[in-house]
Amino acid sequence: MALSGVQIFKLLPKTNCKKCGHPTCLAFAMKLAQRQVSLDLCPDVSEEAKKVLGEASAPPIRSVTIGAGDKAVKMGEETVLFRHDKTFVNQCAFAVEVKDTMSADEINAVVDQVLGSEIERVGQKLRIDAIFVSNASGDAGKFEAAVKAIAAKAPEVPLILSTTNPAAAEASVKVVAANKPLLYGANKSNVDAMASVAKTHKVSLGVAAEDLDGLTELTDKIKELGVEDMVLDSGARTAKEIMRDNTYIRRGALKKGNKSVGYPVITFAQRDDVMLETLIASLGVMKYASIIVMSSIDRWKSLALFTLRQNIYTNPQVPLQVKQDIYKLGTPTSDAPLLITSNFSLTYFIVSGEIEGSKVPVRLAVLDTEGLSVLTGWAAGKFTAAKIAQFIQESGIEKEISHKELIIPGYVAILSGSIEDKLPGWKITVGPREANGLPAFLKARTN
Amino acid sequence: MAFTAPNETFAGKVFQIDAGIDKKIVFGGEDVLPFHSFEGNVPNRPVVAYEIQDVPPDDWPETIKKVYEGVSGDPVTWAKYCQDKLNAKAIALRLIGTHPDRQNRSPEDAAKTVKEVLAAISVPLIILGSNHVEKDAAILLAAAEAAKDKNCFLGKAQEENYKTIAAACMANNLKLIAMSQLDINLSKQLNILITQMGFDKENLVTDPMCSGLGYGLDYTYSVMERIRLAALTQNDATMQMPMLADVGMNAWKAKESIATEAELPIGGVLEQRAIAWEAVTATALMIAGSEILIMRHPEAVKAVEKFIDELM
Repeated sequence: MALSGVQIFKLLPKTNCKKCGHPTCLAFAMKLAQRQVSLDLCPDVSEEAKKVLGEASAPPIRSVTIGAGDKAVKMGEETVLFRHDKTFVNQCAFAVEVKDTMSADEINAVVDQVLGSEIERVGQKLRIDAIFVSNASGDAGKFEAAVKAIAAKAPEVPLILSTTNPAAAEASVKVVAANKPLLYGANKSNVDAMASVAKTHKVSLGVAAEDLDGLTELTDKIKELGVEDMVLDSGARTAKEIMRDNTYIRRGALKKGNKSVGYPVITFAQRDDVMLETLIASLGVMKYASIIVMSSIDRWKSLALFTLRQNIYTNPQVPLQVKQDIYKLGTPTSDAPLLITSNFSLTYFIVSGEIEGSKVPVRLAVLDTEGLSVLTGWAAGKFTAAKIAQFIQESGIEKEISHKELIIPGYVAILSGSIEDKLPGWKITVGPREANGLPAFLKARTN
Repeated sequence: MAFTAPNETFAGKVFQIDAGIDKKIVFGGEDVLPFHSFEGNVPNRPVVAYEIQDVPPDDWPETIKKVYEGVSGDPVTWAKYCQDKLNAKAIALRLIGTHPDRQNRSPEDAAKTVKEVLAAISVPLIILGSNHVEKDAAILLAAAEAAKDKNCFLGKAQEENYKTIAAACMANNLKLIAMSQLDINLSKQLNILITQMGFDKENLVTDPMCSGLGYGLDYTYSVMERIRLAALTQNDATMQMPMLADVGMNAWKAKESIATEAELPIGGVLEQRAIAWEAVTATALMIAGSEILIMRHPEAVKAVEKFIDELM
């Protein structure tokens, strides 16, 4: 847990030597408490103070990375329980399970699905992040063969190697150690051997406990054995257990400074009922999982989960914005109506949704208002006659369409005269105030 | 070392509310965050109501329209189908046909529909206007009289029309849904205005305005979480009402619930995608704090009920 300035002061040399650039040790301690300076500035600090302060200044939830290169997944470092307090830091990773009892063809098919899973939504690239390979056969040779086959086909995809057999762990980790897999399956009966494999190959270790008490014992022991990068499984499997344990772990780490649970969490969502599995995975997205393991990754399911993850992990203070442009909705002909709105994503989604629902093809001009809605943008000087006129002129839309009529939102009807002044030859029409008035408005025009 | 459970208890509590006469629904009443039964009381599970309309659902996307083919031609048949075949725990009747841009049905038409549906079902009824603030005032007044003493929910009262609708609720012994525009302060303010009329705060349900997955869900999610935290941590009686999520109408508006696989190849099979869109929206809003949800697709409802089973 973070130390106060006075607590830090007690650990400093108290010589007021000014070598750190501060007038007194107390002033330096205050800056340290606010994390504005680094302890390295003090040349005389004791080793013991370094250790205590180093631990106290470590993030409450450790950063752990699996994989290497562009597709590496960074987890942990979370600072809050609720997204409205501060943006959640590292998006949870979605992983799909591959069992070593599956045939080569079946394994290939899943790997193909993972490789082809990347999509783009509101400017972000989203994909299935990792493959969870489980040693369902219990056979070390089969496990190693499956890992080899997957690594050959998808060398860049981060892997989670799941086995409780240290010999199988050793054989398979060795094959893909360079890609920094997560070795999952350290439990109370194999912990020494598993920690040794993780340490030897410098990979992170997944801790498989039966409950939170057991989890704490295991992580403490593993840390003593010299492995620092861990991922936690408290044994929670039902939705009720996941809600409880993931909440306890996040709260314990952040509010109680419990270092034993200050690591990313892995949540298992596999169910026979794929729709239910989607909802359990959704719970993981919202409630503090860093890795969510699923049994299948159909496109419809991935799209829903990617979208939820984007909604949960987006910055609550900065509205999602749409790029300034003139968007075609449906297949508008040159005489189709031209409307304008702001680039606040919610405004855009609602306006474009209503227009698409009306089935009337239109062009929708989206003005960059820095993410403000129409009325707020108008009040803040971001949705003004001058900006609208400049945007329409510079867009070159005049060459594309056979009319010169622009429909503006009803809330800014007051702008119609001044836009006409600034856009000679154009007719400005005042549309409905609310987006839900658009279908009736557009249909009335086409009749 | 044993793990010390970092439990949190709160001064505040969500009001418990019920609806119906023969078969009642009860929700709210918890004194902890949603589904946090490990540290407090969660006496009731969230309730899912099936959405029906006073007019045929011509504007609903194909995937959901076909589910009610043959029964959605009239609201009574539709309501009975939901109750008897789908085991609906409650029915939400949306009087969308009263909207001036739709069939512009009259208050008398609306009252007649409400009476007929009430006579045909034994599960509780939620009566919703078309969200046209002027028209809703007249429609919901007539609907309230038609539902007198039937312990229904009536809504949605908004800032512009709450006086008429809240008064109609009080006069006819009904419960009220109050909707504000996606803002915790507006929500609180509307609750205060309504209770200042003498309306019992424990007969009120808050709708902080729903949005669908990918289309503003982040806003609704956080507004709900913040309302619930204010109810519990600050023991703020103006924010302790149970919350409604009008899931179906928002989820089925998303492009992802409408576009075919050919139009949206990254989305895979349309049917499952659309069901998942509704079910994930509902799940997120339950986790954020909603206790009463209005939904459309039976498969989405089934998945959500199974999810609640696992969580309770």
